[in-house]
Amino acid sequence: MTEVKAKDIVKPENLAYKKSKILTDNVMHYCPGCGHGTVHRVLAEVIEEEDLQSKTVGISPVGCSVLMYNYLDIDIQEAAHGRAPALATAVKRLLPDRFVFTYQGDGDLAAIGTAETIHTCNRGENILMIFINNGIYGMTGGQMAPTTLIGMKSSTSPYGRDVATMGSPIKMADIVALLPGTCYVTRQSVNTAAGVRKLKKALKKAVEYQRDKRGTCFIEIVSNCPSGWKMTPVESNKWMEENMFPFYPLGDIKVPKDS
Amino acid sequence: MAKIKGAVIIDTERCKGCEVCVVTCPTQTLALAVEVNGKGYHYSYAAFPETCIGCANCAVVCPDGVITVYKLKVE
Amino acid sequence: MEKELKLMKGNEALAEAAIRAGADGYFGYPITPQSEILEYLTEANPQATTGMVVLQAESEVAAINMVYGGAACGKKVMTSSSSPGISLKQEGITYIAGAELPCLIVNVVRGGPGLGTIQPAQSDYFQATKGGGHGDYHLLVLAPASVQEMADFVELSFDLAFKYRNPVMILSDGAIGQMMEKVYLKPQKKRSEEILPWATTGKPATRERNIITSLDLDPERQEKFNLKLVAKYREMAEKEVRFEEFQTDDAEYLFVAYGTSARICQKAIQLARAQGIKVGLLRPITLFPFPKKRLNELGSKVKGMLAVEMSAGQMVEDVMLSVNGKTRVSHYGRMGGMIATPEEVVENLKIFIKG
Ligand SMILES: Cc1ncc(C[n+]2csc(CCOP(=O)(O)OP(=O)(O)O)c2C)c(N)n1
Ligand code: SF4
Ligand code: SF4
Ligand code: SF4
Ligand SMILES: [Mg+2]
Repeated sequence: MTEVKAKDIVKPENLAYKKSKILTDNVMHYCPGCGHGTVHRVLAEVIEEEDLQSKTVGISPVGCSVLMYNYLDIDIQEAAHGRAPALATAVKRLLPDRFVFTYQGDGDLAAIGTAETIHTCNRGENILMIFINNGIYGMTGGQMAPTTLIGMKSSTSPYGRDVATMGSPIKMADIVALLPGTCYVTRQSVNTAAGVRKLKKALKKAVEYQRDKRGTCFIEIVSNCPSGWKMTPVESNKWMEENMFPFYPLGDIKVPKDS
Repeated sequence: MAKIKGAVIIDTERCKGCEVCVVTCPTQTLALAVEVNGKGYHYSYAAFPETCIGCANCAVVCPDGVITVYKLKVE
Repeated sequence: MEKELKLMKGNEALAEAAIRAGADGYFGYPITPQSEILEYLTEANPQATTGMVVLQAESEVAAINMVYGGAACGKKVMTSSSSPGISLKQEGITYIAGAELPCLIVNVVRGGPGLGTIQPAQSDYFQATKGGGHGDYHLLVLAPASVQEMADFVELSFDLAFKYRNPVMILSDGAIGQMMEKVYLKPQKKRSEEILPWATTGKPATRERNIITSLDLDPERQEKFNLKLVAKYREMAEKEVRFEEFQTDDAEYLFVAYGTSARICQKAIQLARAQGIKVGLLRPITLFPFPKKRLNELGSKVKGMLAVEMSAGQMVEDVMLSVNGKTRVSHYGRMGGMIATPEEVVENLKIFIKG
């Protein structure tokens, strides 16, 4: 066997992976290893592969991903904290043939925006809600979120989340799955290559269901927040697997009946 | 026997040194550099390029989308 | 098609006018005394005729944020509520102002504070004209005084909102919302199909992506943006001031009143003049921008101005600023859903004249 040099491999015809052109060249402000960046990247790939750029309206939240519009080369509306589903409702009703999605953190979607989340899902708006559950308020510096695990420390639960005074972590995906308006509810993660590939498949399904007007699609991504959790990115992924996944198990929670 | 040879191009200036790609690589091709880039991060690089199989796992988990992967079937 | 004459409630006339103005969407939540707007629209079901979307939201917060999303698509969208609901909408309104989006917000005011009363009031003047939510911004505020104006101001509001890319408020009150009057309705306009260049409707290859946001983390750029808003409000003050005068030619005293209070003052003028008191009325139609210049001119002519409002004295502050000490200014108001009678206004004018 002849020796193969890098220059023989690095040729356009041998390309195996390149970031989507829907992902802009702006350097993302996310902390090293943060799942937000990975999810943006996969979303960009799906928008490109499904040829949706000219049809997509995305709604960004208040949270670390507030600046999502700097990274995705699509039309984006930046909502008030928790209100993205309300904006998306109007966009979809007024422009029914567009691909409309919200992108929200757990503070945004499961605390301040609970009413908008529940009622948007209950009306079965034909939109996709992407929910980044990192168990914490990342942007504001690591305060307790409604999703923070029992006993988990944060800057506002410094002795650990105490159920008696702070309640239990809320499982939004399970809650919205109970509503007849949702057609597809799934929980995914992006800490492994297999996980990322599964998320991509889930996103593509959501595109298809939205096209077919099946109802609300809800994709939760159990994600990390190395800064808020005060861990290295690699530690945070391990901690997530050991602590978050048992409480927020990955997989489909609800799929359309005939799929 | 056909064998897949891979190569990665890492935009080291945009790399944040999170190490996620390093631990993901099934062939231990990658490592963090001792040196830092312009942003002060120990960037990822192909420490053992000859072991790369072009599986793209590193690129797929990279939050910053800085890895490009090529692969070639060699007989 | 000819104009149509109908007998309608103020709230219904406004709702019908919205359909006919070619509105794209209405998002509301029930609250007295404006629920007829949502009820009328759901019954009319314009989705089937003009394609106008009508949706009962889960809250006023959701409704205004639906307006935000719709406006960001460049659509003609609106919401309506009454005072407690308008308080909830303030978050969305400041985002809409900060993102420079056009929309219409209708406030059929009731007495407050808190849950207050369901009876008419003008106690939301400060909230409407001084911003309402956080941050330096203004709505363009129109104050109808008749059912006809409830109808006419809808299209005018949309025109102004799109001209300035700024939210417009119709500040009405429970009396005008509920009263029945004859109203001429304009013929049905077609909804616009135009895609506005700044709207988020999906990025074609031919343009850069459109971003609708009120956020700028760079203070220098944010200040520039604030200055741009200031310039916009100044332009509105130059071009959009609207008001009406009654018997100001020979007036020695002047009522300043809007909406329902202006109607009462018109009657009070008749009574006062019968008693030999030369009094006129200036009725601001735009509350922001306020008819400052004209009031300042009249300040040199009259011996005093009495602001008559259904509040503890809110607009009177703008009257004072307008005349800038040129003449005496005072206030007479009823609150809590009480409406002054013309007789009581005349009595209070007499007290004011005595000094
Ligand atoms: C009305 C309002 N309240 C509070 C805040 C402050 N705030 C900004 S982001 C945030 C929490 C974000 O947490 P999450 O939604 O979990 O997103 P993450 O940053 O973790 O991705 C809060 C409370 C705000 N911007 N607006
Ligand atoms: S604070 Fe947490 S969620 Fe925010 S960018 Fe950093 S790691 Fe990501
Ligand atoms: S392509 Fe696969 S083998 Fe090559 S460096 Fe990346 S993860 Fe390792
Ligand atoms: S995953 Fe990406 S950002 Fe992180 S170290 Fe590897 S190349 Fe750098
Ligand atoms: Mg969070």
